[in-house]
This record gives sequence, C-alpha cells and structure tokens, in this order.
Amino acid sequence: MSEELYKQMAQSIIEGEKEIAIELAKKSIELNMHPLDTITKGFVVGVNYIGDQFGAGEAFLPELVMAGEAMKAAVAVLEPELLKLGEAREVMGRVVLATVEGDIHEIGKTLVGTMLSASGFEVTDLGVDQPAEKIIGKALEIDAQIIGMSALLTTTMIRQREVIEELDKEGLRPRIKVMVGGAPITKDWAEKIKADGTAEDAVGAVQLAKKLVGKE
Amino acid sequence: MQPKLTLLTDDIIQRILDEAHQLLLKPGVKVNNDEARELLASAGAQVDTETNVVHIPEQIVRKALESVPREFYLYDYDGNPTVKYGGDAVHFDPGSSGIAMLNPETLEHDTTETPHLLKLIKVAEQLPQYDAQSTAVVCHDVPQSIQDSYRLYLALLYSKKPIVTGAFTNKTVNEMIDMLAILAGGRDASREKPRAIFDVCPAPPLIWSNFASGNLIALARAGIPAEIVSVPLAGAAAPVTLLGAVTQHTAECLAGITIHQLAKAGSPIVWGGAACIFDMKKGATPMGAVETAMLDCSYAQVAKSLNMPTHTYLGATDSKLVDAQAGLESGITAMIGALSGINMISGSGMLDFLSCHSAEKLVIDAEGIAMTKRMIAGVQLHTETLATGFYDDNINFKGGDFLKQRITMQLFRKEQHLPSNVIDRDSMRNWKEAGSLDTFARAKLIVDGLLASYSRPQLDEAKEQALHTFMLALAQKAGMDALPSLENADKEKVHT
Repeated sequence: MSEELYKQMAQSIIEGEKEIAIELAKKSIELNMHPLDTITKGFVVGVNYIGDQFGAGEAFLPELVMAGEAMKAAVAVLEPELLKLGEAREVMGRVVLATVEGDIHEIGKTLVGTMLSASGFEVTDLGVDQPAEKIIGKALEIDAQIIGMSALLTTTMIRQREVIEELDKEGLRPRIKVMVGGAPITKDWAEKIKADGTAEDAVGAVQLAKKLVGKE
Repeated sequence: MQPKLTLLTDDIIQRILDEAHQLLLKPGVKVNNDEARELLASAGAQVDTETNVVHIPEQIVRKALESVPREFYLYDYDGNPTVKYGGDAVHFDPGSSGIAMLNPETLEHDTTETPHLLKLIKVAEQLPQYDAQSTAVVCHDVPQSIQDSYRLYLALLYSKKPIVTGAFTNKTVNEMIDMLAILAGGRDASREKPRAIFDVCPAPPLIWSNFASGNLIALARAGIPAEIVSVPLAGAAAPVTLLGAVTQHTAECLAGITIHQLAKAGSPIVWGGAACIFDMKKGATPMGAVETAMLDCSYAQVAKSLNMPTHTYLGATDSKLVDAQAGLESGITAMIGALSGINMISGSGMLDFLSCHSAEKLVIDAEGIAMTKRMIAGVQLHTETLATGFYDDNINFKGGDFLKQRITMQLFRKEQHLPSNVIDRDSMRNWKEAGSLDTFARAKLIVDGLLASYSRPQLDEAKEQALHTFMLALAQKAGMDALPSLENADKEKVHT
C-alpha cells in the first residue's frame, strides 16, 4: 500500500504536479504514515530523479523548477505533522541567498533557491540589489552555514568579494561558507576572491552546498 | 522594392497592442523612480505608493505616442546626417558593453582594457558596413565610476561616426551629455544634430528601475535620443510564447515612451530591444537562436504599426570562437533583422551571449551585413527590356558573349556586391598557394591591414583639449592621477 503511494509521490514531483503532491501529502497524514518516511521514501525520490535527469540533459529547467515547487508544497503540508511528533525533517543547512548590490538579475539565484529548498535546505532569499551588511546581518540572524551570492554583471561581481572580505574581517569564516554564482563567475574568480566554491547550474549548486555542510 | 519579412497579421498586431494596454493597467508597471512616478501620477496614472506599481490608462500612452518624432537622424563629427531612425532604413553597429575580447592567437577571452576598445573602434571606423560606432567594450583599466564616460571619450577621439552608447547610472548620463556638448559646441547644437544615442533598459517583467527611468528623463530633457532596450526572456522573465513575450515587450516600451514624453514631449526615442528566448537547458539567453530573431522581427512590426523608429540586437552569436556556429547564427539573424526593416541593428562582432567582442568577427560580420544590404536593395529594373536588348547582332552563342558588353561593365557593380578577401572564391590551387587559410585566418590579415591603415581623425584642437580636460577631471575625481596613455595604447599591438 505505502509502496504504491511512495511511487505516486515521486511521480507527482517528477511531473511537477503541485496539487497532486499536496493531496498525496494529506493522504499520507490520514493514513498515519510517518511524515519523515513520506518525504524521504516518496517525494525526495522524485526530486533526485529529476535532478539526475537534468544533469543528463534529459530534463529541462521548467521541469526542474516545477518539481522543486511541488516538493516545497508537499513538505509544507508535512512539516506541521513533524512538529507535532516533536521531530523535524533533517535540515541539511541554513542558506542565505542574495543578488549583490547594484544587480537586479535573479533568475539563476531563484532557481538555486528552489532546488536547495527542495533538497532539504532552509533557504532565506533576500532578493536583488542587496548590500553586504544586509546579507551578513541576515546570515547571523538565522545562524546560516552558507551565504550564496549571485551577480550577472562584471561590474557588480566585485561586490561578492566585498561580502567575503567583510566576513573575514568579522572573523565569521569558516563558520559561514560562501558560494558564488552567475553568468560571469568562473572557478578562477571564486578562488581569487576566496569563496568556498561555485557551480555551473542549480543542480551543481545543491551538490556544492551539501559538500560545504559536510553532507555529501 | 525593399523586400520585407513579416510574421504578424494586422489582426494580431492589434491584439498585441490591446493586451499591452491591459498589462499597463493590470498588473501595471513597477516604476522605481520618484520623479517618473510623479510624472505619471500627474498625468492621471494611479500610483501605489507602497509597491511603486503604476497603473497607466491607455489615453496617457496614446498622448505620449502622438508627440514622439517619427524620424530623426544621428550625425557624424562633420555634421552630416548618416544614420536615419525611422521608416524602413537599415543600419548596423557593433555590439555594446562587452567585457572581454577574443584573443586571436590564444583564443582566450581576455579582460578588456583601453587598447582593446581602440582596436575595435579603429576596425569598425574603416568598415563602411557599420554606419555607427558603439562603446563596444568596458575598459577595466579605469575605475568603474568613469567607465561609461571613458568609453564615449575614446569613441569621440577615435571616430567620426555616430555612436550608440549607454550609461549605467544617472550621474554618468549627464556627464556624457556634457561630453557630447563639448564637441558639438554646446547643448543646443548637440540637440540640433545629435551625435549619439543612449540605450536605456527596462528590467523584465514590467519594471522601470530607478536609474533607467532617471536616464529616460535626463535624455528627454537634454533632447538627446534614447533607445529603449527591452529584454523579455521568453519562458523566464516573460511569457514562454513568442506572442506573449512580444506583448510584454510592447508594454515595457509603451511605459518607457510615456515616461520619456511626459518629461519632455517631442524628444526622440526609439522602440528597441534585445529580446530573446530563455534556453531551458543552460538557463542562457541565446542571441543566435532563430526564435530570438523572430521576437525582434515581430516587435519591429508592432513598432512600425505605430510609426516608431526601431532598434534591435541581432548579428551576434553564442559561440565562444569565430567558427561555423558564429557564422551561421550571425548571418541568419542579421538577415532577418535587415529584412524586418529595423533601423539600427546592434550586435555585430559579439560572441558568448554579448559578453565578448572580436575584431575578426567584425570583419566577417561586415560581409554578412553587405549581403543583407544587397538583399534589401532587392531585384532592380536597370534596363528598358529585361533581356531582349542584350541579344544584339554580336551574340555568337558563346559563354563569354556578355562579358564583352559595355552594359556588363556599367552595371555589374550595381548588381553584385563585391566581397572583401574574407570571402573565399578562389580556385583550389590558388587557395592552397595562398596558405590554405580559413575565414578566421583571412579575417586576422584584414584586421592587421585595417590597423596599419588607420589614422585618427583630425578634430578641432580646442574642443579636443576641452574634452580631454573634462575626462581628466572625472578620472581624477575617481582617484586616478592620469588617464591611461593613449600613445602607449595605440602602439600596443593587441593580440596581433
């Protein structure tokens, strides 16, 4: 019985069917299934599958995003149940995301946010045009392990360095790890500004984040 | 008859305009500039002071559209009108604001500095296919706060052609307007015969940022032409359908024109963009995609239904090298742009999603442009009879008969575009003897030749000195002791 339901859950994520995912999550509660099992044996299987498909060039961004949104919706239904049980889904880590000051391009960063939360990270997305003090302030407030910064313009990518220098000055690293991304961002740049890593796409960003929190 | 490519019926154009007006009301446009919101509010638009969203009724937009000039010219240094915005005139200029340049020896994308920009300007100056220069690459050897002004400064010193430029802040746009006035002999003269046009970019979806709106207002008041570069990314920052994205583009342009004309009715403004689809595998913005060109052709038709001057970004490639992909994407999209009758087509020379420039590609693209120009010149009637007049008593039923005719000598240059040496039409034997060079290698030779034959235009000495003093003051304010030495930059043989 539950095996069949797990399959349907994974399938709802793969097809990006948010409403169906919510229904299945509710149904699992009615059936007294353990919410953690529902997540890890059901929905997460779908997220992993679509992530692999994307990496293999078989799935495309709309499918990835819809899967991520469906996952978030399903987890939102299950989280109150976990709390009732006095348990919590293992949070992979807490991440603050932002597009740096002077830059208003956030498609890539939003994608990363969706995939990170779908993969079990707690994501606070500050949005675009964010100065260093706001990014760092939020990271301290929520005790984040990771700050992720995007920049699309070469004129704004230097702001990534400013945030890192500020973190260093405050002695907040290596407590807080830094991921950088965006069209002009290369591995060389990430190394040069002493970031903890960069990735080419949202799936790569999830792998990197897992590595940074030691949960590969 | 200029051949035209059209993708939309009149019916669909009307529906695009209708829905664009609906979008301007609901959800409205986010205008993150106090003055722009005040202008819109005082014209009768409803402003949500909390979200900065403005709901713009159709009659305000209609009024703005009435006061827009239907055509205007850009002028060269000597005051000749050389670029016509309006009607179906077609011009090309190199792409703008690259951050890297292809090193033809290492094939690396080098970070651009003064010598790179000078190289591009010198090459484009001597290629007649480019009716205007652009401020093609960012010079990373000067502080960021003066990079916009500095690019324009170099273009003004090294070129006589009109210039397509832009500014990333409100402060710099005013400095650049001042620089143009110095060479023109005052702000009035600069308004009378504008030398440059400024790209101004709304942010998709439906956002006019603080600095973009501010630039629209500053340019309108100075009477210097503005060019809206709306960039719907179909499937990410705009609807996935081409028609949906064109409708959003229309709404963004209409909102921009309204702000601009409210600031100063009658100031010149262009319906332009760098629309493109969103690549669903790489999350990229492909400039070489055929759908990108289809978006541009479509929005140009919408603009033309309103008698607006037009601009677009085509003739570029997403390839990292000047290779077969570069050739086919640049050639096909340039042809679509020309057949769409778009007044200014920016993008030539550019690789890698408009981030990297190449002087060699500029040379090759010039040939593509020449082909598009030949195409839109159309099939012409040169003679009284079409053919019978050619068959006189000297016809011997031999292949060379027509080579001996005077009319062949008189007309062949009109009928045929004569390509530069970048195009190979040699015999196999000759081609081998010349070194078996491919297109890129031939382009490198032509670039070398153009750099060797270049000489800087003679400008009025006093004006040039004033321009230099102005730029130096900006540089010093930005913390530099002196500007990069142009003598050294001239001598430095970038990549060659």
